[in-house]
Amino acid sequence: MNTGDILRTAVKNTFRSRLRTTLTVIAIFIGAFTLSITTAIGAGISAYIGNQLGALGAPDILTVSPTPEDQFTDEGPRPYDPDRAQTGLPGGPPGLSITPLTDDDLDTIAAVDGIIRVDPIVLVTADFIGVPGSERFEITLNPASAASVPDLAAGDPLTESGHNELLLPLDYVDALGFADAEGAVGVTATLGVTDAVGTQHEVDATIVGVQNSSLLDVGTAINQTLTDALVAAQAEGRQTTAPTGYFGAIAHMEPGTDQATIDEIKAELSEEGFTARTTADQIGQFQTVIGGIIGVLNAFAVIALIAAGFGIVNTLLMSVQERTREIGLMKAMGMSSARVFALFSTEAVFIGFLGSAIGAGIAILAGTLISTSLADTLLSGLPGLQIMLFEPLSIAAVILGVMGIAFLAGTLPARRAAVQNPIDALRYE
Amino acid sequence: MTIPVLDAVGIHKSYGHGATRFDALKGVSLRVGQGESIAIVGKSGSGKSTLMHILALLDEPDQGVVQVAGEDAAGLRARALNGVRNRDFGFVFQQFFLIPSASVLDNVTLPLAIAGLGVRERNERGMAVLRALELDDKAKNKAINLSGGQKQRVVIARALVNNPKVIFADEPTGNLDTATGQVVEDILFSLNREQGITLVIVTHDQDLAARCDRRIYLRDGLETTAAPGAEPAPGEGEVQS
Repeated sequence: MNTGDILRTAVKNTFRSRLRTTLTVIAIFIGAFTLSITTAIGAGISAYIGNQLGALGAPDILTVSPTPEDQFTDEGPRPYDPDRAQTGLPGGPPGLSITPLTDDDLDTIAAVDGIIRVDPIVLVTADFIGVPGSERFEITLNPASAASVPDLAAGDPLTESGHNELLLPLDYVDALGFADAEGAVGVTATLGVTDAVGTQHEVDATIVGVQNSSLLDVGTAINQTLTDALVAAQAEGRQTTAPTGYFGAIAHMEPGTDQATIDEIKAELSEEGFTARTTADQIGQFQTVIGGIIGVLNAFAVIALIAAGFGIVNTLLMSVQERTREIGLMKAMGMSSARVFALFSTEAVFIGFLGSAIGAGIAILAGTLISTSLADTLLSGLPGLQIMLFEPLSIAAVILGVMGIAFLAGTLPARRAAVQNPIDALRYE
Repeated sequence: MTIPVLDAVGIHKSYGHGATRFDALKGVSLRVGQGESIAIVGKSGSGKSTLMHILALLDEPDQGVVQVAGEDAAGLRARALNGVRNRDFGFVFQQFFLIPSASVLDNVTLPLAIAGLGVRERNERGMAVLRALELDDKAKNKAINLSGGQKQRVVIARALVNNPKVIFADEPTGNLDTATGQVVEDILFSLNREQGITLVIVTHDQDLAARCDRRIYLRDGLETTAAPGAEPAPGEGEVQS
């Protein structure tokens, strides 16, 4: 029997006992469906996080924060030291346990080889945002914008052109009276800032782009120039004896720095007592958590598939039993044991293929429908989130994996068929 | 003297061990020449089916030598053995052994499929054989929907389709009524006469045995002379192992 005949005969034999085949296929279907869905959720969330944090962007940037080694000393609480910097949290609770970076620290970081510029992350707040002819709205600012590449609905990312620039969150487009996201690009917006003595200042900035809402929702992205302008306005009339402190800093590396150099820079900063993370590191942390959850879900699906594998064993054992005479006949007519084995394993693999292909197909259909309707309803607050992402490669992997399990399950019955003696098989009643 | 198609010398075969040991054959020799028709006759349990299985290379003797066209079968590799069974032998069984859900044509062409021939050639040769046996109008029917006589003709067609040198028939008329059995017998002997196909027929039917060129009588695993007492009583042995 040539391979084509074996394939054709196996497929035909599969449909001889329809009910039995159907039940086995359903068992595999459930496992394959679950595995497809969980894999897709994993891929969807990972892709979303990647987009949100700028997986493809913000290269050559390190987010530097002090390593909080002295917060948990072995000698108990740390004695108070008035010279230690306090972060300039306006109205923040005293004793908020963030070890800030000082200007000295910034110099240390800047002195590391490979780092060309260091921008401190400062806390800036604005009272409102408004455009000519609109009402004013409260707004949160994100001064660490350089570290992430924005997920833009319109316009361009921030530049360091020396002009005040900001990326308007998508929510504000309607509120500020723009027809659509494109309409907001290029408009000059006004930000209101209150200084240390309570006087309100207005700072103008150009809306260069409109940003989709983010999973992390860290606020409106502003460039360094605008940050400096706002800080300057905020600091007016401020009198403080404490050294200025920062939450952290954005260290810019030379463009095109390779991974080995990045590792060196991180090691050097670590020696100095700082923790430096690239954007990829930060995404990696999220993805490790998501990956763990998805891994557990996948494990359940695989358990279902293993159970289904025993269904295949059972089905085929019955099939071999029923067709004992047929096997004997084929062997009497000169069919080799290897071909008999191939015939029954092909049957197992085909059952696996049926179950997994239908499972994956229905999963794609149902998943896409659910995903789309969720994106419009429950998850509408997170534009760009496609909760299930079906990647052709992972779907193919699921189908092939299930076929592999089916093959393994088929080896026992197929072997039993292959070793049959034609005489005994023909005598079998 | 020409080399015999099949030559079995001193065949011993037993099943089981110890107390349940059963000696099916205790030293039987048989030579089958090209174009002969031979009947192996005996009662149930005489070892006649076992002898046929050994001659057809479906079973191996414990002792003794089987030669196929002058070649020792024990020296054949599995692949060569399968090849001989597939190309040179055809089988006709009392219980038909048709695949019920498959079409008549697919049943008939099964040996060709096993040989690895293409679908077109298979179907051409299958249809030719079915025409010869006047079954071509049933080619698309399922095997299960045929009458007993038709089934046995399909089985003969299947045995013939690969142009075998030898056809082994185990009680070919055992499941058929007299008239239908007669038709099947006529087909087998005309093949023997006209195409020179060697026939090895296992039977307890004296009438069928009488139509063969030669008869081998078996009793308790040994060859005996054709004593009338060795003939089975009528109605005995309708179930053959």
